[in-house]
Amino acid sequence: MSAATTTGKTPYYFVPAPSRHPVMAAIGLFFVILGAGQWINDHQWGAYSLGFGLLWFAVVLTQWFSQAIGESESGQYSDRIDLSYRWSMGWFIFSEVMFFAAFFGALYWARVHSVPMLGSLENSLLWPDFKALWPSVAAGATAAPAGTVEPFSTMGPWPLPTINTALLLTSGVTLTIAHHALIAGNRAKTIGFMWMTVLLGVTFLTLQGIEYHHAYTELNLKLNSGIYGSTFFMLTGFHGFHVFVGMLMLLFITLRLQKGHFTKDRHFGFEGAAWYWHFVDVVWLGLYVIVYWM
Amino acid sequence: MSAVLDHHGHDVHDHHDHHAPKGWRRWVFATNHKDIGTLYLLFSFTMLMIGGILALCIRAELFQPGLQFFNPELFNQFTTMHGLIMVFGAIMPAFVGFANWMIPLQIGAGDMAFARMNNFSFWLLIPAALMLVGSFFMPGGAPAAGWTLYAPLTLQMGPSMDAGIFAMHIMGASSIMGSINIVVTILNMRAPGMTLMKMPMFCWTWLITAYLLIAVMPVLAGAITMTLTDRHFGTSFFNPAGGGDPVMYQHIFWFFGHPEVYIMILPAFGIVSQIVPAFARKKLFGYASMVYATASIAILSFIVWAHHMFATGMPVTGQLFFMYATMLIAVPTGVKIFNWVATMWRGSMTFESPMLWSVGFIFVFTMGGFTGLILAMAPIDIQVQDTYYVVAHFHYVLVAGSLFAMFAGYYYWAPKWTGVMYPEWKGKFHFWGSLITFNITFFPMHFLGLAGMPRRYADYPMQFTDFNAIASVGAFGFGLMQVWFFLFVVLPMMRGKGEKAPQQPWEGAEGLEWEVPSPAPFHTFEEPPKLNASATKIIA
Amino acid sequence: VNDLPGGPAVNQLNLHPPVTKIAVDQIWLHNFMMIICVLIFVAVFGVMFYSIFKHRKSKGAVAANFHESVAVEIAWTIVPFVIVILMALPATKVVVAMKDTTNADVTIKATGYQWEWGYDYLKGEGEGIGFISALDAGQREMSDSGKPAGDDYLFRVDHPLVVPVNKKIRIITTANDVIHAWMVPAFGVKQDAIPGFVRDTWFKAEKEGNFYGQCAELCGKEHAYMPIHVKVVSAAEYTQWVNEQKKVMAAKADDPSKVWELPALVARGEKVYNTNCAACHKADGKGAGPIKPLDGAAVVLSDDKLKQVAVVLNGQNQNTMPSWKQLSDTDLAAVITFTKNSWSNKTGQLVQPAEVLAARK
Ligand code: HEA
Ligand code: HEA
Ligand code: CUA
Ligand SMILES: [Cu+2]
Repeated sequence: MSAATTTGKTPYYFVPAPSRHPVMAAIGLFFVILGAGQWINDHQWGAYSLGFGLLWFAVVLTQWFSQAIGESESGQYSDRIDLSYRWSMGWFIFSEVMFFAAFFGALYWARVHSVPMLGSLENSLLWPDFKALWPSVAAGATAAPAGTVEPFSTMGPWPLPTINTALLLTSGVTLTIAHHALIAGNRAKTIGFMWMTVLLGVTFLTLQGIEYHHAYTELNLKLNSGIYGSTFFMLTGFHGFHVFVGMLMLLFITLRLQKGHFTKDRHFGFEGAAWYWHFVDVVWLGLYVIVYWM
Repeated sequence: MSAVLDHHGHDVHDHHDHHAPKGWRRWVFATNHKDIGTLYLLFSFTMLMIGGILALCIRAELFQPGLQFFNPELFNQFTTMHGLIMVFGAIMPAFVGFANWMIPLQIGAGDMAFARMNNFSFWLLIPAALMLVGSFFMPGGAPAAGWTLYAPLTLQMGPSMDAGIFAMHIMGASSIMGSINIVVTILNMRAPGMTLMKMPMFCWTWLITAYLLIAVMPVLAGAITMTLTDRHFGTSFFNPAGGGDPVMYQHIFWFFGHPEVYIMILPAFGIVSQIVPAFARKKLFGYASMVYATASIAILSFIVWAHHMFATGMPVTGQLFFMYATMLIAVPTGVKIFNWVATMWRGSMTFESPMLWSVGFIFVFTMGGFTGLILAMAPIDIQVQDTYYVVAHFHYVLVAGSLFAMFAGYYYWAPKWTGVMYPEWKGKFHFWGSLITFNITFFPMHFLGLAGMPRRYADYPMQFTDFNAIASVGAFGFGLMQVWFFLFVVLPMMRGKGEKAPQQPWEGAEGLEWEVPSPAPFHTFEEPPKLNASATKIIA
Repeated sequence: VNDLPGGPAVNQLNLHPPVTKIAVDQIWLHNFMMIICVLIFVAVFGVMFYSIFKHRKSKGAVAANFHESVAVEIAWTIVPFVIVILMALPATKVVVAMKDTTNADVTIKATGYQWEWGYDYLKGEGEGIGFISALDAGQREMSDSGKPAGDDYLFRVDHPLVVPVNKKIRIITTANDVIHAWMVPAFGVKQDAIPGFVRDTWFKAEKEGNFYGQCAELCGKEHAYMPIHVKVVSAAEYTQWVNEQKKVMAAKADDPSKVWELPALVARGEKVYNTNCAACHKADGKGAGPIKPLDGAAVVLSDDKLKQVAVVLNGQNQNTMPSWKQLSDTDLAAVITFTKNSWSNKTGQLVQPAEVLAARK
């Protein structure tokens, strides 16, 4: 409730006036899920619905966030609201951790349980030729159990994933430098290092694109390459998507910095994006070790 | 602005009213926690009706052996959609509705922490519900793989399965946002003096529930995403031919699913913990141990999931571990039951509708808890897994648990929401009618299960006829009681018909919600109130 | 209706009369749990109802104001904890016994198909025997017509599983399409059958007779129609049954290179159709709902016979139409020929077993 707008002082706790954004965003998502569900069932019109919904959603989010930014910049947000944003970002990231946990869990289960089980003595009743090795097409094994999976090679840590690791770690550093510069009041430096961070993110994504291309064309490693392909692409793919989202966040923060938003002691927008970026970073380290090395 | 609450003497009057638009805009664009709470409650009641009608279709078909009305395919769709709609459409949103209404009032906050996101959480439910219910009209009909959506049966479903999966993604997003909102509201917006350990129990149970939701909804999203890619994009998560494992789905699902059932009961515990002291006119016994017990239940809920999977053929050690862990949950749950009984002990009790429902809850829920414990014994579960014994168990905890507690909460707080009292006899009639028909419906299912009648069966051997017939009759009776509730209790109150409710309709009730007028004004606690030492009264 | 010995009794209230040690133990555990739970229930609610009747305002009760007691709260945490441990002890013993599938006398593989059970005797007396066990087609029709009858309604199968009494039988479960579960309450046995994996369980029936169970994991539309019928017989009868079965198998083992005439093949195909296909595609070949009709279907009428052979062998639409490769070449050839020459389909085409054999991989 923006009670204090009349007096100009920051309200105890800003409560926004009625807003059309939520319902509009929900309508956008309706078209998204309607379209997605139809498209994957070979109804072409689904693609249009999906595209329309995404566009709609993006427009609504832009309006919504602009409004929120406006409220923030006009000093409506008290310290208490700042703290609310901190709590919420923290728990949101926790929920993301749990999402990745499901896929890491699947990888764990496949490697430690289902593949060895499929190759076990009892299971030779069903899959007499299958030798349990990870990945399921390692030397000496016959493709995946049913022979429905074409042979493929696995993706090692060299060179792209390692370069990507370096890129992400570096981006964490540049981001921190930008943060310190912001606190020190050096806006030009902040902006410079932010652009570097964004650029490192973009480079990461480009390299990942190249890596996927390499996988598909040279290694014959595809999404349908048995459980190895499934876990490999779903884990790295969802991570890549999160890098993309994090990169967008950083980009918008940079643009806002250029517009003169944020002060040296009030810039949770910046920090929230940074937290997210570090989270994406940490997930990558997990992937790098578990998916590429182990 | 609501005069009573304006303790700071703004002399500007009514200058908020342009923020409280009239007509449809008030609801569609709502940022007010009370309006959004109302929307949630209406939505969930609608879903209860739809889910209930599906349940009645199930019961009609099972009234006698032989296929009477539906083919088995349609029957499976009914069962699946009944489960999904009840769980995700009726019970969960209803508790969020209660949270929206009561948490800010109980902790002295002006609204929820993120009012717009709050409305977004609500409106997301609408496309999801449209998708889910609409899937009946898609080619091949609604999903028919059970609410648990086990692979690889889900791989055989038609396009509606994808609609269902996307709907559940959206509902998951809604739940996560709603939970973050609740967590932040509770952690950050309590009025000064409302320390965590003085907070009403309902807020405590919801805080813990919200943590559960944030932790497990993403895991469900992961599981159904894998189903989606297995269905359409050639992955092999649940396909042994590619090195995957159908049982892996079950592990991931139940890692979500078991905490989920506590998500559906902890807020109910909270509601009952508010009501029992109010009508015993005596403080809640063992407040601190209630908090610890709730937290223990939540923590334990993460390590018991495989008790749903005893028949999948786990190694001995797995069966033993999950059996022991599950049985442990009886201990903190017992603490809650004992605390409620001790609260009643030497109280000065009256039995208005909220109290009747609460006592009914304690009594019948405990029966469901005991059957849960019996199911937790792996050797017995081998006999009754996937039989009507399980169906009986979970309707005792879900209907007589969650739903009864919600009725209790409704009778307790609706005077605050609507400003009118319900006629006491109507509530009592609703209670006794529901209690009796509930037991007629679900008690015989224990026998059916022990005798080996599998669940999700469209047709059954002749020997099971009588108990099924009794259950079906009970189900229609139970349904009629809910029609009664809607027509003669809810509707008149929504229309504002009835005796005017005083600010404090219950003699023994304590808490900030009773410090504001009835109906609660549109805006409350815009400035934090000053509280007395026990944080139950406003002193300035 | 009367009780079905070995199956459910009319309005049965409790678990089945046990015929294995494990089932006896399960019943003991259940009784044990019931007694403890009822005692606790009576104690807790005795107190509650006492309080409800004595401490009401209308009786002039005045509220006391105690609201905690560390001693009491600790006590009612520890006591249930101890009770729970006491419950877990005997259960542990049964779990361990249940899982011990070693030293079996006869090992049988039970494969869940949508919607029937396949049994293969893998080890022990009877090794090599294999057959499919499906619900009696008449009972399935009764269900559709809504007028069921008979004490063994939904339990009658064409080929019951036959096992010797007092011998340890190990059942290995697996499945062809989706998860099913093999259960026989009187034996205290229930084991999911999981596609791609094998699981096992065991029983040692101590009584001769017929014992019944049903599929206990949702497996699609005919989930209610894939019962389990186990016939426990004396050692002598079992040996006799094994010998007969071997002879039948030898006789039935059709030579896939045999060349058939149209009428004979159609006649055989009709039988295969009624036990396996009619549940979905219906006796008139018209299908229903999502199930495609065969009457007038392009694939069935096509001159390219291999198309239909492929569908039947490998399934279609994510197994909505399952694979039927478990049937013999002759049965498959017969049923395809039947569909090509029934209802309004009059192609005159004939699929020989050898063609099916060639199409298998
Ligand atoms: C609100 C929801 C809810 C709640 C609260 C519970 C509570 C419990 N549930 Fe239930 N359960 C479900 C919802 C719920 N369940 C659902 C929906 C399913 C089926 C899902 C599906 O397959 O579709 C299910 C299935 C289910 C199974 C699997 C059955 C099967 O498929 O084979 C098991 C097995 O262990 C189980 C156990 C328990 C236990 C031990 C508790 C405990 O929390 C109960 C604890 C309570 C008490 C024990 C009573 C009070 C205690 C005392 C008075 C103290 C003294 C007591 C002693 C010392 C004994 N449940
Ligand atoms: C979460 C809460 C919840 C609730 C509240 C209910 C409520 C009810 N449930 Fe359900 N149920 C589940 C959750 C729930 N259920 C789940 C999770 C499953 C498992 C699904 C699966 O296996 O996948 C299940 C499964 C299930 C089955 C087993 C189906 C099967 O295995 O094939 C049955 C069978 O009787 C059943 C019955 C009922 C009945 C009669 C009610 C009643 O309480 C409903 C009462 C409400 C009404 C009737 C609506 C109000 C009235 C009207 C709209 C007016 C019209 C009515 C009349 C004129 C009489 N439920
Ligand atoms: Cu096979 Cu259910
Ligand atoms: Cu559980």
